Amino acid sequence: MERPAWAPPGIDISMPSVSRIYDYYLGGSHNFEVDREAARRAMEFMPGLPKIMQANRAVMRRAVRHALSEGVTQFLDIGSGIPTFGNVHEVAQAADPAARVVYVDHDPVAVAHSRAVLEGNELATVVAADFRKPGEILEAAELRQLLDLERPVALLLVALLHFIEDADDPYAAVATLRDALAPGSMLILTHASYEGVPLTEELTGGVVDIYQKIKNPLIMRSRSEVARFFEGFRMVEPGLVPMAEWRPETPVAQEDPYAFSGFAGVGRKA
Amino acid sequence: MSAQAQASDGERDGAAAGVPDSGPGGGGRARTRPRSPGTVRSSGAVPVQGSGPSRGTEPALASAPGAVVYPTGTASAPSPSAGKQAAVPDGPEDRLRRFATIWSRAIFPATATSLTRPEFEQLLLPLARLLGEALHRRPFDANPAHEVGAALVEAHCTDPDALVRTLGVVESYLVLYCAAADGPPAAAEENRARCARLQHGIAAGFARALRERTLREQEAIARSALCARTEARQALHATEERFRAVFEGAAVGIGIAALDGTILEVNETLTRMFGGLDTQIRGRKVSDWDHPEDTAQIWRMYEELVRGERDHYRCEKAFYRGDGTVLWTNLTVSLLRDAEGRPQYQLALMEDTTERRLLNLRLRYEATHDALTGLPNRTLFFERLEKVLSAGGDARFGLCYLDLDGFKAVNDSLGHSAGDRLLVEVADRLQSCATAPGEMVARLGGDEFVALTTGPDTRREVDDLAARILNALATPIHLEGREITVRGSIGIVEGPAAERGPADVLRSADITMYRAKAAGGNRFEFADAEADERAITRHGLTHALPAALERGEFFIEYQPLVHLGDGSVHGAEALVRWSHPQHGVLGPDRFIPLAEHTGLIVPLGRWVLQESVRQARFWQEKHADGGPLRINVNLSPTQLHHPGLVADTVEVLERAGLSPGALCLEVTESALIGADEGLLKPLRQLAEMGIDIALDDFGTGYSNLANLRRLPVSVLKLDRSFTQSMQRLPADPVDIKIVEGIVSLAHSLELAVTVEGVETGAQAEQLRELGCDTAQGWYYARPGAPDMIHSLVLMDAV
Repeated sequence: MERPAWAPPGIDISMPSVSRIYDYYLGGSHNFEVDREAARRAMEFMPGLPKIMQANRAVMRRAVRHALSEGVTQFLDIGSGIPTFGNVHEVAQAADPAARVVYVDHDPVAVAHSRAVLEGNELATVVAADFRKPGEILEAAELRQLLDLERPVALLLVALLHFIEDADDPYAAVATLRDALAPGSMLILTHASYEGVPLTEELTGGVVDIYQKIKNPLIMRSRSEVARFFEGFRMVEPGLVPMAEWRPETPVAQEDPYAFSGFAGVGRKA
Repeated sequence: MSAQAQASDGERDGAAAGVPDSGPGGGGRARTRPRSPGTVRSSGAVPVQGSGPSRGTEPALASAPGAVVYPTGTASAPSPSAGKQAAVPDGPEDRLRRFATIWSRAIFPATATSLTRPEFEQLLLPLARLLGEALHRRPFDANPAHEVGAALVEAHCTDPDALVRTLGVVESYLVLYCAAADGPPAAAEENRARCARLQHGIAAGFARALRERTLREQEAIARSALCARTEARQALHATEERFRAVFEGAAVGIGIAALDGTILEVNETLTRMFGGLDTQIRGRKVSDWDHPEDTAQIWRMYEELVRGERDHYRCEKAFYRGDGTVLWTNLTVSLLRDAEGRPQYQLALMEDTTERRLLNLRLRYEATHDALTGLPNRTLFFERLEKVLSAGGDARFGLCYLDLDGFKAVNDSLGHSAGDRLLVEVADRLQSCATAPGEMVARLGGDEFVALTTGPDTRREVDDLAARILNALATPIHLEGREITVRGSIGIVEGPAAERGPADVLRSADITMYRAKAAGGNRFEFADAEADERAITRHGLTHALPAALERGEFFIEYQPLVHLGDGSVHGAEALVRWSHPQHGVLGPDRFIPLAEHTGLIVPLGRWVLQESVRQARFWQEKHADGGPLRINVNLSPTQLHHPGLVADTVEVLERAGLSPGALCLEVTESALIGADEGLLKPLRQLAEMGIDIALDDFGTGYSNLANLRRLPVSVLKLDRSFTQSMQRLPADPVDIKIVEGIVSLAHSLELAVTVEGVETGAQAEQLRELGCDTAQGWYYARPGAPDMIHSLVLMDAV
C-alpha cells in the first residue's frame, strides 16, 4: 500500500547544494551562483578540490568496471547527485548493455535532473530517498522493479558517507543495506579524510567550515573509521587505500597529488 | 620490451616535449620548440610540467619499483601502444600518434574526465588527424578546427585552460609533426599561416560549443529545479488537501485562534457542537466563552499558553451554545509556533461530552437516590454527613434518626405495595419538614429515615426539626380507603462536627432511637454518651451474629415442664442464649428477630435442635427409669419455611438416636396465621412421624379457634397473659372462664394444654384445677443449665 507522502521540505535553490557544487568542481554548468560561490570559497582553501572529485570519479569508474569483470551487473548508487558525465550507467552499460543501475538521492533537484537524463533508459532509474532511511530505499518500487536482490548487487556509496553525521548512525544504515544484499554483492566506497590531503589540516579545515556553513557538514573520518564500514565484507585487493592507489590503470606516480586524498575501497559480501 | 614499457616511453616523450606551463595566462609564453621529433627524443629537454609535482614528471611505471598497474577492465578499450606498434616508425601515422600523445599529456591535467590518460589520448587521436588533414587540404577549410574545438568540450574539457594548452600544442607541434618534413620554404610559411587559422577555428569552435553546453546545462538544471519545485508544490497541495479533509471530517471539533483569542477557523464538527452557524463562532473571542463552571485553573492555563509559557493543556470545560444550552467538552488546547519557535496560533481540539456527562449525572443520581421515594439514599447521606463532620472549625451538626412505629404491622396486614405507598407519603412529609439550607432528608432503608441539619444553632434547630417531623406524621394517611396513623421514634445526635466519625454518629442515633421506641414511641430523645455505652445496637448484634455462631458464643438453657397432675418433671423447653463478649448474656428476644432477618436463624436453629436433642438423648440414657423426658424446641417462621426442615429434623433425631415422640416443636400462633397447605405440609409430616407440634403463645394473635382443627398440633401453650391474674387470689373470674373454655375446647380437640409463666403456688393450683396438663415458670424453676434438670428429675425420683 502506498503511504500518503508528506509534503517535502520546500525547494530552496538559494541554498547551495553539494550535488551542484560537485558538478561545478567537475566543470559542469548544472549549478547556480550560490553553488559556485560556495565552491569558489572552498577552493580558496583547497585549490585541488576538482582533482579530488576527478579522482573520485575515476576510481568509481575503475570499481564499476571491476564489478562487471567479477560478474556483478546490478548497481545501486546512493547519493548519486547530478550525473554530470561518466556516470555509473554510462560506464556500466558501455561495458555491458544489460547492466542495471538504480540511483538514489534525497535532493529533489538532483532527482528531477537524473530522471530527465535517464529518460528512455529502461535499465536505469532514480529513487527519491534518503540514505538515512535504508528501509525506504530497499522497499522502493522502482528499485524492486529493476534489481533482483537475490543476486549480487554493487552498492556504491561514493563520496556520500562523509556527509552523514555519526548521530544519524551511518554504520547501522550500511549494515542494513548489507544485510539486504545477496552474497557476492559489493560495497564500493570513497570517503573524505584529513589523511592523504597535500595540505595542512588547518587549510582542509577551512573547507570543512564552508560545508558546515551551507548546512551540509563534511565529516572527515580516519582510515580505521572508514574501514569499519566494511564490516561483513571481505576487502578486494588492494584494500582501503588512497583513491589513486585503488587498482590504478596508469602509473600512480603520474597522478595529481590531490588524487591521494581520502580513501577508496571495495568489499565483497561473503 | 613490453607494451607497457613502450607506452611509458611515449609518455616520457610527451613530458620531455615541454608541455606549456599551466600557469594562468601562461599557456603560450613558456614553451620550447624542438625542431623535430627526433631532437625532442634525444635532447632530453628540461620538462616544464607546469604546476605538476615531481611525482608527475618522474619516469613512470617501469622505473617505479613495486608499483602495480592493473590492466584496464574492458577488452574493448584498445591499448594505444598496441596501435602504435602497427605504425611505421616516424611515418606520418606514427608522427600523428606522437602529436596526440603530446596533446593529451598537455591537456589531461586540465580536464575533468574520468578516463585514463591513454584512453583520453585515443579520444584525441581522430581530432589530431582532422587537424593534420586540414593543414594539407586544398582549398583550405577551417571547419574541421571548429569541430575539434567542439569535440574538446564534448570530452568535458570545459576548463579554458584546456583550450589554452590545446592552442599551445597546436602552435608548437602541429606543423612539426603533421606537415611534410621536406616541403619548400614557401610551404612552411603557408603551414604557419594555416596553423594560425586552425587555432582560430579551434578557439571559435570551443567557445561556441562551450557556450551551447553551458546554456544547455543551465537550462537543464533550471528545468530540474522547476520540476522539483512543481512536484513539491503538488505534494504540498495534496498534503494540504489531506489536512483539510482531516480538519473538516474529524469527529472532534477543531478550532484555530490567534493569540489574542480571535477565533480564525473552526471545522464543521465544532460548528455543529455549538449548534449553530459558523459565523456565530468565527471572529469571536475565546474569552467570550467563559462559563460559570470554569475553574480558575482553566483560564490560568490559557494565559500561560498564549504567553508561550505552556505548550498545551487539557481540561473539562462547559460552553454556552447559541441557544443558551450547555455544551460540555473535553478540551485540549495546543500552542502552535512558527519555524523560529515564536508562538503563532492556538489550536483547540474538543470532544462533546455533554451526553456522557448527563448519563453520568443520571447514573450518579440513581446511585445516590432511593428509587421508591426519590429521597437521597444511604450513600449520598453518608457522603454529606462525612463532609459535614470533616468541616472542622467550630461547625456543629444535628441529626434525627427516624424509625416508624409499627410499620411492620402495616406491611403485614395491608401488603407491601400499601406499605410502599405509605413510605412515599412519609418521605414527602419529611421532605417538607427539611427545606432550610443545610437541611437534608434521606431514606436509609426500610422504614428508617434521617434528617440532617447544619445551621448555626443546631441544638435548637434539630429540636425544632424533630418536632416538625413528629407533627407532620401526626395527620393520618389515607391508604386503601383507611386512615392510617403513622408514628415514629426519633433519636437525635447533636454536637460539634469535628469530634466524631459518621459511623459513630449513626450508631449513637440508632441507639437513641431505640431508647425513644422503648419509652413508648412517638417521641424523640437526645443521645447521651452513657446511654450509648450501655446500648446494644441491632446493627452491632446483627453483624456479630455469624461470628458468634462460629465461635460457639451460643448456649442453651433448659426450663422444666412440670406435670400439673403429679408435679413430676415431664420435660424441658430449650431456650437459646448468647454469651456476648461485651454485653453479657442476651435473651432470644434480642437476637432471634435479627437472625430471622438475616437468615442466620436456619443454621442457628439447626444447632439448637442438635444440641437439645443430644441433651435429651443424654438424659434418657442417664435416667432410663425416670420415664421419657421430652424436649421442646422453638421453630421460628423462617425455619418453618425452610425446605430442609423435615429432612434436617429427621437427620438430627436419627443421629442422636432419639425417638420422634420425645421431641416437641413449638410454633407461634402468628407464624401460622393464614398458613396454607404448603406451609402446613412439613408440620403434618413431622406430626405423622410422632413429633408433637405445640402452638406457642396461644391467645396473643387472632386465635382463630375454628382453624385449630386443621392444624397438625397436639399441644396448646397458653400465653402468660391469661394466667398473670391468677398469681394472687382471688383470680379474675373472666380469666378463669376463658382458660376454662380454652382447656375444654383443647381437650375436646384432643390437644394437651401447657401454661407458661407460672410463678406462684396459688397459680399452679388454680391451673391444675382448671384442667391444664403441664406448666412451666419460675415457681418450678428458672431456665438453667442441663444438669439442673438432671437434679430436678432426681428429686422427682426420690
